[in-house]
Amino acid sequence: MQSGSSDVLIEFRQGNAEAIEAAFETLFHQYQRAVYGWILRIVRNPAAAEDLTVETFWRIYRAHARFEPSRGFEGWARRIATRAALDWLRTVRPESELPEEFSAGLAAPAIADPAITAEIRRKTALAFGRLPPKLRIAATLAVIEELPQKDVAAALGISVAAVKLRVFRALRLLRTNLERQGITP
Amino acid sequence: MNAHDEERMKHLLRQALPPVEGEQEPSLDLWPAMLRRLDADSAAPALPGWAWFNWAWFDGALAAGLVGLAVFFPASIPVLLYYL
Repeated sequence: MQSGSSDVLIEFRQGNAEAIEAAFETLFHQYQRAVYGWILRIVRNPAAAEDLTVETFWRIYRAHARFEPSRGFEGWARRIATRAALDWLRTVRPESELPEEFSAGLAAPAIADPAITAEIRRKTALAFGRLPPKLRIAATLAVIEELPQKDVAAALGISVAAVKLRVFRALRLLRTNLERQGITP
Repeated sequence: MNAHDEERMKHLLRQALPPVEGEQEPSLDLWPAMLRRLDADSAAPALPGWAWFNWAWFDGALAAGLVGLAVFFPASIPVLLYYL
């Protein structure tokens, strides 16, 4: 994401109603791809990511009075997008997610480890989908997407130490779930 | 779980759920959907002033039960506070 021009940001924060709407439209067109891409990394579902992009910008529009132009639009939009994605993850049953469909269309081709069978991959994906959303979102961004922990912490509104702890708890819980299914990672 | 186990779990997770490839874009321009959402929001009727006090009957019954418990069994207050 790039940082929006300061005039637009100031108009969005404290302009009159027309100026706010114009600035919002500019910001929407400037950032919709970036926000969509960020949400897609979390929810891994293109249709849901589109809906959540609209939801995110709706929340942004409603919260324009709390926006601080000096801190930039990027981090603020990411935090709101992450919260919207987290709300969505809380409402979705893990079984209804389609990691296979996602892997076929959007995921980067990974070099398959022959020691890990397709069945183990499927069970791991399902077990991961059953983790608490707060842990899953941290592990998705920090482990799967390999984003800097500083960025993950900023998006989640927590400290880097808290990100490390959530990732650790997610991996430990995932290992316990897999071991219950007879899979020893 | 030691550092070695942690690395193995990370590897397994990346194998099961590969990262998103490159820059992904929405299948269509989302601005029309955004306008519909804004229109729907502005067309929604304003809530009356007492709307914040819109409790379901279950909420009221639960609150009454907790107050009753605290009044008739004061010893339960620390237990209730512990679970809050």
